Amino acid sequence: MLDKLTYKEKKATRDGFGAGMTQLGRRNKKVVALCADLIGSLKIQTFIDENPERFFQVGIAEANMIGIAAGLATAGKIPYTTTFANFATGRVYDQIRQSVAYSHKNVKICASHAGLTLGEDGATHQILEDIGLMKMLPGMTVINPADYNQTKEATIAIAKHVGPVYLRFGRPGWPVFMPKGTFVIGKALKLHSGKDVTIIATGHMVWQAVEATKELEKNGVSVDLINIHTIKPLDESAILRSVKKTGCCVVAEEHQMYGGLGESVAGVLAKRYPAPLEQVAVKDSFGESGKPDQLLKKYGLSPKNIYKSAMKAIERKKK
Amino acid sequence: MATVSKLQKIASQVRRDIIRQTADASSGHPGGSLGCADLLTALYFKVMKHDPKFKMNGKNEDMFFLSNGHISPVWYSVLARSGYFKVSELATFRKINSRLQGHPATHEGLPGIRIASGSLGQGMSAAIGVALAKKLDGDKRTVYCLTGDGELQEGQVWEAMMFAAHHKVDNLITIVDYNGQQIDGPTKKVMSLGNLEAKWKAFGWKVIKMDGHNMTEILKKLDVAKNSLGKKKPVCILMTTSMGRGVDFMEGTHKWHGKATNKEQTANALSQLKETLGDY
Repeated sequence: MLDKLTYKEKKATRDGFGAGMTQLGRRNKKVVALCADLIGSLKIQTFIDENPERFFQVGIAEANMIGIAAGLATAGKIPYTTTFANFATGRVYDQIRQSVAYSHKNVKICASHAGLTLGEDGATHQILEDIGLMKMLPGMTVINPADYNQTKEATIAIAKHVGPVYLRFGRPGWPVFMPKGTFVIGKALKLHSGKDVTIIATGHMVWQAVEATKELEKNGVSVDLINIHTIKPLDESAILRSVKKTGCCVVAEEHQMYGGLGESVAGVLAKRYPAPLEQVAVKDSFGESGKPDQLLKKYGLSPKNIYKSAMKAIERKKK
Repeated sequence: MATVSKLQKIASQVRRDIIRQTADASSGHPGGSLGCADLLTALYFKVMKHDPKFKMNGKNEDMFFLSNGHISPVWYSVLARSGYFKVSELATFRKINSRLQGHPATHEGLPGIRIASGSLGQGMSAAIGVALAKKLDGDKRTVYCLTGDGELQEGQVWEAMMFAAHHKVDNLITIVDYNGQQIDGPTKKVMSLGNLEAKWKAFGWKVIKMDGHNMTEILKKLDVAKNSLGKKKPVCILMTTSMGRGVDFMEGTHKWHGKATNKEQTANALSQLKETLGDY
């Protein structure tokens, strides 16, 4: 099973989004797209070329983009708003809250360049709080796919889901390793079965967790590895099943330790099955400029960090 | 003109509804509501083609968006009086378990409301979205949006203005309730709006000026606005109104922006407003 978790090429998750949009544009005439001056970054040029009448350039005006999307949804369209994660969420929180979430609008908020792996642009653009912001909104579905394949499938799947969705993906080329045809909203994906420790990861961190798992297994540690692409609604039963078996877990995410997937999992365990939990996440700080791999290392999001956290979780279980 | 006197009668009842709703709730925003009673009466009882059976998507209907959601009492009154829900429900305004929230919302399923508003500056963006969808669908009806003048201090409004001109959203009429008042005082004192007519024009809109309390003129100017649609420009009506219109002690001041009348004041206000359609 672990041998199959390998890759031939690297592709950005945002390219998966673009490919998903191309397919959706051909299949679903209700789908419309909006962009705040970042067409190239969001990889939606093909959608625009093929469906010029269903694309709206809003310029650098994200608040207006969210409102217009809410209006388009009111009239029965399925709008996808596109920009960087920082401008897609934090900048327009109140617009999303009132015009989309509270008003039950079928808007898909699609956000690239999330997290540290945005790289050189630095902390102004590296939002690490967006999962928390979005998951707190009543009725909001929050999805953070792991690779190109999964992002493409998620992009297509959310058109069929009625209700607001936050779809988070990223900038860098990243291993393409997820098998095709596996994405279902809200359904966790077991990537490897083991009995000593559960590793739960989301987004880019799933690959980091795969690498950590390979090392752990090599050293005789048996790992239950889960890809949580849907952070809300959370697949609680998959998490509980796994932790009941292993007795401890590690949660890895390219996000602030507060408000993210780690806290969601901690909440489930505290209420239903208390067990040691270690977080691999950014520890209450902003990021900075640098290469994605340098940043992941410096801010404690490398496979090595997951490895160490797994060993620590197992150690705590013995006490 | 028979139509005008009929509409004036309805507007008087709408003003009574506003005073009674806010007084009963001991809160709410009667001032701006009274100021927009004539416009909303004209829209819902004469100008707009709309269906009180209410479909969210508003297909083949004219659609109205209230961006300055705090004047919900006037909207609730015209919606109830034109058949969207029973007028008796107006008695639940701002109370627990009501569909008539302090600010308009879709959450409780009140017919006639298509998006929540109250956090200011967002309504015109939504109205633009609906207008774009109508164009995509070949639906020729008109989208109306009402915004406050103080609300123009929100930056999102100017983003929306820019967008509507750039994308030639010429099936949209935005009406500005130009009463010169906001909660903290006259707009001139709080945050000057400058030359609004010049600003809207500079942003690429067709601008029409209208007296928001002269029913004959309201009908005439709304007609001019409708005839200006389809010409590759969005249309703005700068509607001069007087906050608190219709009740002498409430008119022309910001003091009744967000305050309800007490028992005595309510009786005084109601004595100035004719009951024409029967109180709820």
